[in-house]
Amino acid sequence: MPFIPHTEQEIRSMLDTIGVDSINQLFDEIPEELTRFSLDAVPEGMPEMDVANLMAQRAQQDAGAYSFIGAGAYDHHIPAAVWQIATRGEFYSAYTPYQAEASQGTLQLLYEFQSMMTELMAMDASNASLYDGASALGEAILMAVRATRKSKSRKILLPKTLHPAYRATANAIVKNQNIELIELPYDAGTGRVDMAALASYEGEDITAMVINQPNFFGVIEDSDALVNWAEANNALTIGVVNPLAMSILNPPGEWGEKGVDICCGEGQPLGIPLSSGGPYYGFLTCRQAYVRQMPGRIIGRTVDLDGKTGFSLTLQAREQHIRRSKATSNICTNQGLMVTASTIHMAMLGAEGLARAAAASHAKQADLEKALSEIDGVEVIFDSPFYNESVVRLPMPVSELINQVAEHNVLAGFDLSEHYPELGNALLVCSTEKQTEQAVAALLDAMQQVITQHTNSSAG
Amino acid sequence: MSNIPDDLMYTDSHEWVRDEGDNTATIGITDHAQDLLGDLVYVEMPDVGDNLDAGAEAGVLESVKAASDYYSPLSGEVIEVNEDLNDSPETINEQPYDAGWLYKIRMTDAGELDNLLNAEGYAAVVEADDH
Repeated sequence: MPFIPHTEQEIRSMLDTIGVDSINQLFDEIPEELTRFSLDAVPEGMPEMDVANLMAQRAQQDAGAYSFIGAGAYDHHIPAAVWQIATRGEFYSAYTPYQAEASQGTLQLLYEFQSMMTELMAMDASNASLYDGASALGEAILMAVRATRKSKSRKILLPKTLHPAYRATANAIVKNQNIELIELPYDAGTGRVDMAALASYEGEDITAMVINQPNFFGVIEDSDALVNWAEANNALTIGVVNPLAMSILNPPGEWGEKGVDICCGEGQPLGIPLSSGGPYYGFLTCRQAYVRQMPGRIIGRTVDLDGKTGFSLTLQAREQHIRRSKATSNICTNQGLMVTASTIHMAMLGAEGLARAAAASHAKQADLEKALSEIDGVEVIFDSPFYNESVVRLPMPVSELINQVAEHNVLAGFDLSEHYPELGNALLVCSTEKQTEQAVAALLDAMQQVITQHTNSSAG
Repeated sequence: MSNIPDDLMYTDSHEWVRDEGDNTATIGITDHAQDLLGDLVYVEMPDVGDNLDAGAEAGVLESVKAASDYYSPLSGEVIEVNEDLNDSPETINEQPYDAGWLYKIRMTDAGELDNLLNAEGYAAVVEADDH
């Protein structure tokens, strides 16, 4: 018996029933020029044993190194119980909760997740998650454009201090929808959004402004001033934040006079392992007034016929299965398993545990930044408050230093020179609460050695 | 049988129009339309000052079982919207032709009124819908 139920015979019989010659004919309405690409980069299938060997080899590339790379993904401590609970069959295999009568556990968990995110962000409403932080920003921009019919310009201010991958993703998602992304420069001294450059947009029709906290350089932006500027200029505000940092920083719902309108970000720092880059999850929260423009699933709490508390998908008229092409988004799922782990993680740490992890990450970075600045030729670039990352300038090309330090089993940080050539040899270095004294000593020793070697060889 | 007042004009997409005689008109959805949609939970209205073309999407009606666009029967500028519906959208179910009106428009072309159906014409549309 075939494992996959769509046999040739069954496909033929279905096509004959509806009077269609081939499956491709069902997709006739797609313009031909859009269907001409082929998946050349996808390799042939491999036997399971070969795949296991290949993955074991790749996993070794990660193992053992002391890592100081943050740049959007952060290696925080995850209590062992988190994934022990998240991988129970009841959570692990639970899928699309459209049938409320059969999905109360999943629905309640997602509702608790939404409640935690709204509390952490000080916002009114949250959805049940999106795919990742970068695509959540794309959705947040589309949401802002839908929510402001009065703004005809469809112009969005996007700071250059936002993660380059987020800027690229947002651009890919909105570029064909007649939306203009305008890059806001940063102040070379502070590493913050350049308020003078921002002032040049005063009085213009700006649909929304994106505010990144902390920004890609680890720097804390003056979020109050940015929100107040947007409010004065009738632009909506979209916060893009590190959710763990919000346990110690002022949350987006309280920035400026009235708080942000929409807030999104990457959920990975809340209980998701680095896993070589994914899966992670995106979160999206907003004020009550914009909830009907929010994409993705939203879970609501209600009562059943007997008056007992229950949970169910709500506001589904926003979604594809009801509104078809006029839905708020093509998103019709959420990152269920990641959110399950994250919710358990937040429940275990509590508000105090999250704040302590964030504060410890900052304290360790403060110590590391000081130690790095004491290496000859290394200087801290920005003179601003920071969270758990800082930018240092090196007396040699960044990629050379990273490669040579890696030979000492240390990953020194993220090379900024490709995306920010104006900063010169700039390295982004990160700490979390997990960082050990041995790791810091290994980094400092290795950098000292590599830089001395470089200085001597250039002098000789 | 749904209620179709004689003194209104209609579209085949189930909107009604009351000519107010001063080049303005009031617009809503019919008793038949509210019956098809079921209990309304949310109404998205155009903004005052919006310029709508006849046949253009004016807003969205969301009920417990569907979400449906409604269209402007006439071209013109929106001069007033029924703010009461924000808090009590069920008014449309209860009084579709009175307190449940949606918005008022200043017509740019009163000639467009001639394109609308009378009560008898709309009754035929509803009849066809039912079969």
